[in-house]
Amino acid sequence: MRHILSVTVENEPGVLSRVAGLFSGRGFNIESLNVGPTLDTGVSVMTITTEGDEQIIEQIVKQLRKLITVIKVVDLTDLKSVLREMVLLKVNANDANRAEILRTVDIFRCKVVDVSIDELTIEATGNYEKISAIVGLLTRFGIKEISRSGMVAMKRSIQN
Amino acid sequence: MELTGAQILLECLKREGVEVLFGFPGGAVIDIYNELPNTSLKHVLVRHEQAAIHAADGFARASGKVGCCLVTSGPGATNTVTGIATAYMDSIPVVILTGQVPTPLIGNDAFQEVDIVGITRPCTKHNYLVKDVRELAHVIRQAFYLARSGRPGPVLVDLPKDVMQVKTKFVWPDDVKMRSYNPNCKPHSGQIKKVAQLIRDAERPIIYAGGGVITSKAHESLTWLAKNLHIPVTATLMGLGCFPGDDKLWLGMLGMHGTYAANMAINNADLVLAVGARFDDRVTGKVSTFAPMAKLVHIDIDPTSIQKNVSVHVPLVSDCRLALEALKEELAPSLAEYDFEAGHMPWVTKVGVWGKEHPLNYQASETTIKPQSVVEKIHEITKGEAVICTEVGQHQMWTAQFYRFNEPNCFLSSGGLGTMGYGFPAAIGAQFARPDKMVIDIAGDGSIQMNIQEMATSVCNNLGVKIVILNNGYLGMVRQWQELFYKKNYCSTCMDAQPDFVKLAEAYGAAGFRITDPGDLDRVLRQALDTPGTVIVDVRVEREENVYPMVPAGASLTDMLLV
Ligand SMILES: Cc1ncc(C[n+]2csc(CCOP(=O)(O)OP(=O)(O)O)c2C)c(N)n1
Ligand SMILES: [Mg+2]
Repeated sequence: MRHILSVTVENEPGVLSRVAGLFSGRGFNIESLNVGPTLDTGVSVMTITTEGDEQIIEQIVKQLRKLITVIKVVDLTDLKSVLREMVLLKVNANDANRAEILRTVDIFRCKVVDVSIDELTIEATGNYEKISAIVGLLTRFGIKEISRSGMVAMKRSIQN
Repeated sequence: MELTGAQILLECLKREGVEVLFGFPGGAVIDIYNELPNTSLKHVLVRHEQAAIHAADGFARASGKVGCCLVTSGPGATNTVTGIATAYMDSIPVVILTGQVPTPLIGNDAFQEVDIVGITRPCTKHNYLVKDVRELAHVIRQAFYLARSGRPGPVLVDLPKDVMQVKTKFVWPDDVKMRSYNPNCKPHSGQIKKVAQLIRDAERPIIYAGGGVITSKAHESLTWLAKNLHIPVTATLMGLGCFPGDDKLWLGMLGMHGTYAANMAINNADLVLAVGARFDDRVTGKVSTFAPMAKLVHIDIDPTSIQKNVSVHVPLVSDCRLALEALKEELAPSLAEYDFEAGHMPWVTKVGVWGKEHPLNYQASETTIKPQSVVEKIHEITKGEAVICTEVGQHQMWTAQFYRFNEPNCFLSSGGLGTMGYGFPAAIGAQFARPDKMVIDIAGDGSIQMNIQEMATSVCNNLGVKIVILNNGYLGMVRQWQELFYKKNYCSTCMDAQPDFVKLAEAYGAAGFRITDPGDLDRVLRQALDTPGTVIVDVRVEREENVYPMVPAGASLTDMLLV
């Protein structure tokens, strides 16, 4: 099962390689990883999407907590949380299919962020499933380039 | 007053209680060496950096304090990696100080530059590159704190040359606080009650003790619990010495080369108390058949050890000593209500029968020296009171089996990594920690050649370290596997060209003895161990003796090959 871990770390050199090295060294799998600063300049938050059975996820969480530079690990999977990814897609567009592409963009409430004679660049934001659905729908027009962020996530204020 | 980085470093070491520093100089650390004579620190010049880290490790294991070593950048640093991994696998507190090229050159492939922080990230508890002299005292403080607290381990501090040269005001941090590191040491009282009840209810309990018992100095509480509640005790290689080896509740080591009694007891127990152990594959054999009838209780300070290899019924994250003391307190009142002795009598009797059916054994011989008999003889001569180090191989297992350890911190062996070449430098470190004790490295003829250059270190420091080589002319443990599982294809395990170990000892200015006749064993071994200073004893033993019992890798503990 996929798990989303929010990992608060000391913002210091090498912290990313400590986390990445932990995953590769122990044979855990990273599906996506996002790192960004917080309001406290000394602290960063990583959002890691990973897969494994309960026992593996338990090990991953404990091993992360054991790293000296890790301050906090929260498994957001069992919590109500807001999950977002962003993707930029460069799609082939001609007079025959441009309208259809724009309709899809509209339905998914995406944005066109760049246009040329034969291409549209689309920005989409949403959870993992929505992004996957958009990518799936646009594939038939020919996706020339794709750049997908890792997941960012936040626990919801109200849990029940 | 302003001090240079080198002066600050040495002042910090002094305040951390470092007495001996094992090291080897080079360009990147000359500034530190330049200051050394102005301190009270004892520096021991080794002959290879691998020996510096093993000696620091041996010092730590024998003393229970943090060991410390100092090496130069590049090759000096990379030479310590095997020793760092050795200490990491066995949770030994050491601080490794490495020189580094000056900060402006870092990343430029400068002469003798290597990213040692990157290289050692997966085999240290933590590591640091000090880029600013103002952080130095803080980092050293944290390094020692991390090395010795929680689950101990090696911590490396990389020290660029320019940081050692610049001056700053020295401020000793009174306290170490790290928001991201708070090891949980105290046991949860609810869990303690649960474990206590399981112990009261058990009919066939067994204690399976690991290195954590020794690290946390839990041996007294463990012995109290075992003796008062009449629970048989087995231990891993790392746990040997945590319980008296001559007690009737002692089963011997468990696992691949464990005793019949210990492995059978694990297999039939209804309660296994794992204390400071980590269910290593050399201990469990096939995991799915380990302790099939038992409820498992796992006490360990490291949460990642729990539920990693086996799923346990009652996890207890805690310092082992604090947990066992809490259990003792919880169970002491029960001694009046329960007759544990009578309750466990059938079980203790049964375990005793297994011990008699297949005791540790070997075929005695009049013509060749049996390696096991050498270990027994060393035990007899030293009255079981020596600090014993080993290398890795058959001799290591025979030592674990036949030297019945009575005290903790007296058996120094590379358990987790299995590092040949560990024993002799570790013995040097141990001798500095315990000048009052006889320190013996029981070695193989293969392993001893991996750090034999340390003869010079031992001799020039007038150390009384004794090396007893169980010389079978083979990389014996590998040969044993080839014999049993590879149709006797003894490829590359016969040590044809060996040095004359007696002459080698003499060449280094030490004494050398050779024993080939079983009739000479007692006399010459006594004479050798009585000889002051560093001594090598080359004992020519039965060449193709095997270590038994043996559980083949991946088999169940009950599938033992016996003598
Ligand atoms: C550094 C290192 N290299 C290789 C091995 C693999 N190995 C394990 S035991 C052994 C044989 C050791 O031979 P010796 O020291 O003569 O001991 P014996 O088994 O003969 O008692 C070897 C090669 C190891 N453990 N460590
Ligand atoms: Mg040998």
